[in-house]
Amino acid sequence: MSALSLTVRDSNTMLRRNLLHARRYPSLTLNLLLTPVILLLLFVYIFGDVMSAGIGGGSADRSDYIAYIVPGILMMTIASTVVGTAVSVSNDMTEGVIARFRTMAIHRGSVIIGHVLGSVLQSVMSVVLVGAVGVAIGFRSTDATALEWIAAFGLLALFALALTWIAVGMGLISPNAEAASNNATPLILLPLISSAFIPAETMPGWFQPIAEYQPFTPAIETLRGLLLGTEIGNNGWIALAWCLALSVLGYRWSTAVFNRDPK
Amino acid sequence: MTATQLSAPTAGKTAAPAITATGLRKSYGDKLVLDGIDVSVPAGTIFSLLGPNGAGKTTAVKILSTLISADGGELRVGGHDVAVDPQAVRAAIGVTGQFSAVDGLITGEENMLLMADLHHLSKSEGRRVAAQLLERFDLVDAARKPAQSYSGGMKRRLDLAMTLVGNPRIIFLDEPTTGLDPRSRHNMWGIIRELVSDGVTVFLTTQYLEEADELAHHIAVLDDGKIAAEGTADELKRLIPGGHVRLRFSDPATYRTAADVLREVTRDDEALSLSIPSDGSQRELRAILDWLDSTGIEADELTVHTPDLDDVFFALTSGSTNLPNQPEENVR
Repeated sequence: MSALSLTVRDSNTMLRRNLLHARRYPSLTLNLLLTPVILLLLFVYIFGDVMSAGIGGGSADRSDYIAYIVPGILMMTIASTVVGTAVSVSNDMTEGVIARFRTMAIHRGSVIIGHVLGSVLQSVMSVVLVGAVGVAIGFRSTDATALEWIAAFGLLALFALALTWIAVGMGLISPNAEAASNNATPLILLPLISSAFIPAETMPGWFQPIAEYQPFTPAIETLRGLLLGTEIGNNGWIALAWCLALSVLGYRWSTAVFNRDPK
Repeated sequence: MTATQLSAPTAGKTAAPAITATGLRKSYGDKLVLDGIDVSVPAGTIFSLLGPNGAGKTTAVKILSTLISADGGELRVGGHDVAVDPQAVRAAIGVTGQFSAVDGLITGEENMLLMADLHHLSKSEGRRVAAQLLERFDLVDAARKPAQSYSGGMKRRLDLAMTLVGNPRIIFLDEPTTGLDPRSRHNMWGIIRELVSDGVTVFLTTQYLEEADELAHHIAVLDDGKIAAEGTADELKRLIPGGHVRLRFSDPATYRTAADVLREVTRDDEALSLSIPSDGSQRELRAILDWLDSTGIEADELTVHTPDLDDVFFALTSGSTNLPNQPEENVR
């Protein structure tokens, strides 16, 4: 069997193992959806009046703010899902079966690749579910073409891939589930200081560069542009660069940690 | 010409050992765990690494099974150098660890099919092998239940069944019966004997002397990172002069008289018993009985003790068992 087909076959086996875990124990995944959904409802229905006025959408109608916030919430959903990834990777590494995998003649990285692919699939499913909530409360895409829809999904998947690789690395270095959860928490805090809830230019001047160039803002702005036809500018390229950089970094970090002698 | 042909099968039998280690060393930080151990296991035999907790047994298994790397030493498993070609070693071995290497979140059957997939068996072949092993290890009734709900014995059986999916020729069993009840332990022994009758080589670690005595062709006593002694169970027993005849008395007065008369004996005043060194042979026994008769001593009970592995074990490992803080055995 060639190296590539071995990689594909073993990774596929590991992916099925992870999906089996997710299907058997869906509560972890579903709990992680609560944070973005609650924030969505909170900002629209509780803070909605002030927020709508704040983004200067003109009408007192909240639809402008719903349109503004949903792309940000979708990106936050990914961050929330990958926190679960860090926890489940960390849990998995304490299982004896991982030691068994290490002493088998399988593709060594397949264990983590299985986790990554499983997590990306879960992220996409979570985004669809949270997106459905967004649509239910009135989010509508304006004039997005089929190509833009595909690009939007591609961006979400790529962003999920990037964050997942980082989360897997965090899970691998964490000695237990609590530590993994703590280590991954910054991933879910980042959207709060991005343009997800309010435009970056309304933030204090000294903070704006941080808000503008952290991974979430360019990704959110690009998604807004694709779904709502707002100005994307160079955000698309910055988002793409972030995704690639984080994926490569996370991949190298995770494989290096995994290839170390286990404790 | 005919002579060389005749000798060929014999040569084949004693050919390359399945496992060899020369000067195996490993330390964690400044703690030396394995201090240059040498091991050679002929194919088709059971080798037992016997030692107290913290002796380094698990570390040796982890290194030989490619889980962790050695600091030094030359290691060959299944004809492959562990350091140079770990993947070839992995293809030849199966490992069942001290703590069950099963996926607790999925069912026993799913665990088996997972192994079949990772050994790249076809779907039908995988199902056949899984069903066959579940049957052989008496796990059919529990096959559809999550493995984390299994008892200790069942988990261990599932663990070994998973190891056997790839039909490995060399199997590492790290304390396979620790924590099992006596019945499960005897079942496991039966399974291990069966494996070896099929020509499999077994590298077994245990802290139970009885287990090594029952199963192993060759035993090495590991203590504090060094091999303190090795040989067959009988060879090890011969290493120490533990044989004696024990006389027990119920009346303290008789005991004292006997102790005074038989001066060259070891006294145990609390148990009211005397030990006379003896190899347990008929001749020596008769000599002792004659001696007792001539002095008019009549013990209430006379027993003959031959040295067992317990005696060997305590004699060889006494140094470390007296340490106040035994280092924990490294676990997976």
